[in-house]
Amino acid sequence: MKFTEDHEWLSADGNTITVGITPHASEQLGDVVFVELPELETQVAKGDEIVVIESVKAASDITAPIDGEIVAVNDTLADNPALVNEDPTGEGWFFKLRVDDPAALDEFMTEDEYKDHIGG
Amino acid sequence: MDGATDPKNLPLAALHAELGAKFVPFAGWSMPVQYARGVMGEHQWTRENAGLFDVSHMGQVRLPLGADTALETLVPVDVIGLAEGRQRYAMFTNDAGGVLDDLMIARHADALFLVVNAACHAEDVAHLHAHIEGVEEVSGRALLALQGPKAAEALATILPAARDMRFMDSHVVDWNGAALWISRSGYTGEDGFEISIPDEAAEPFARSLLSDDRVEPIGLGARDALRMEAGLPLYGQDMSETISPVEAGQAWAIGKIRRTGGDRAGGFPGADTILDQLTNGAPRRRVGLKPEGRAPMRDGVELYDSADATDPIGHVTSGGFGPTVGHPIALGLIDASVPKDAPLYGDVRGKRLPVTQTTLPFTPHGYKR
Repeated sequence: MKFTEDHEWLSADGNTITVGITPHASEQLGDVVFVELPELETQVAKGDEIVVIESVKAASDITAPIDGEIVAVNDTLADNPALVNEDPTGEGWFFKLRVDDPAALDEFMTEDEYKDHIGG
Repeated sequence: MDGATDPKNLPLAALHAELGAKFVPFAGWSMPVQYARGVMGEHQWTRENAGLFDVSHMGQVRLPLGADTALETLVPVDVIGLAEGRQRYAMFTNDAGGVLDDLMIARHADALFLVVNAACHAEDVAHLHAHIEGVEEVSGRALLALQGPKAAEALATILPAARDMRFMDSHVVDWNGAALWISRSGYTGEDGFEISIPDEAAEPFARSLLSDDRVEPIGLGARDALRMEAGLPLYGQDMSETISPVEAGQAWAIGKIRRTGGDRAGGFPGADTILDQLTNGAPRRRVGLKPEGRAPMRDGVELYDSADATDPIGHVTSGGFGPTVGHPIALGLIDASVPKDAPLYGDVRGKRLPVTQTTLPFTPHGYKR
């Protein structure tokens, strides 16, 4: 698993990358009440705002960590957005991206590096 | 509003930290926004039990009793007729008929006691000084609110006099030698109390309440959702210098005696506009809004009367998620000409989402009248 500075986690399975937010981010957001996910088969570019998370406190954006195509979205979040708080790195995933080159993930942080990042 | 300077700490800041508070800057103060339970849990706790809020950031002001006549030149409310031991909701109006701030006015045996919003505190005090002799800024006193259906039972265990108070009573009560200025009121829609207490007594008093299993500390985050569900306007969002009390749905606060035909009609800033709106209607009205989907509509969302209309008919002034009702809720300000049953659309990130006009409050009030 790799991590971005925006507190996303990325998990690769071949050319398919599953994306969600970290427990740290989920805790900071507080109780999630709504998640707006991207459309299937959308081509996204790194930095595009593709997910909106609404907590009881505020709305936040999640950006595409890398270029790719949306090949799956977690529809269960529509009825149960609290999964983002309950299981952020499992059942609370957001979307899956198909990327050309999974090696592009190398630029992101390892778990230890991410821990340092949020610790500092 | 403060901004550049460091936020001030509440008198009970150390206690909040000990209780696990997360702090955010708000209106020049470092305020507990939530504790370990989280906004949703704190909200529900307050609706079912009793929540202790620290609202010491709000401004406390005392005026001589004889200032009631002068105060009536600043507010469209019956202050002269306010009985000793009672409190009344009011607002400072401006010449355009808008609102400078909303406030509570209580009449005690020796003074009028005012509570004003933190963000407007300095301006309010200057405004009072310009029109009234003997304005006293109260310092060295915390302000706590205990809110919820079990607030009265919990408070009565340490302050038996609380049990006999009714909604909007405001009494001076002794607690271990400290004079508490206590009113049966609040801003959550629940039964409850607001307690002005000398700083040195505030911590033992708060600890004593918190030692009761029915009482938990509640942050600013839950307070906002609670007041929205209760349909209570927040100054700066639902009411402002460009939104009149009538438009904001607060005409009920303007007593008959200050209205056209009353013995002391008018005589406050913006009276022409406000009295005309009371008689002939205001150009806009406040509405409760229930978004039909799950996406919250927050303040600033433009409202339309059809999915493809180009001109908005109003906007959301406060919005978010209502933990008790379990769906998004909002307060809005719309053109008075829009029919009350007309379906509306909110523009959320470029999408027109359907929203229904509803009656307020979203959750019934629990006041003990």
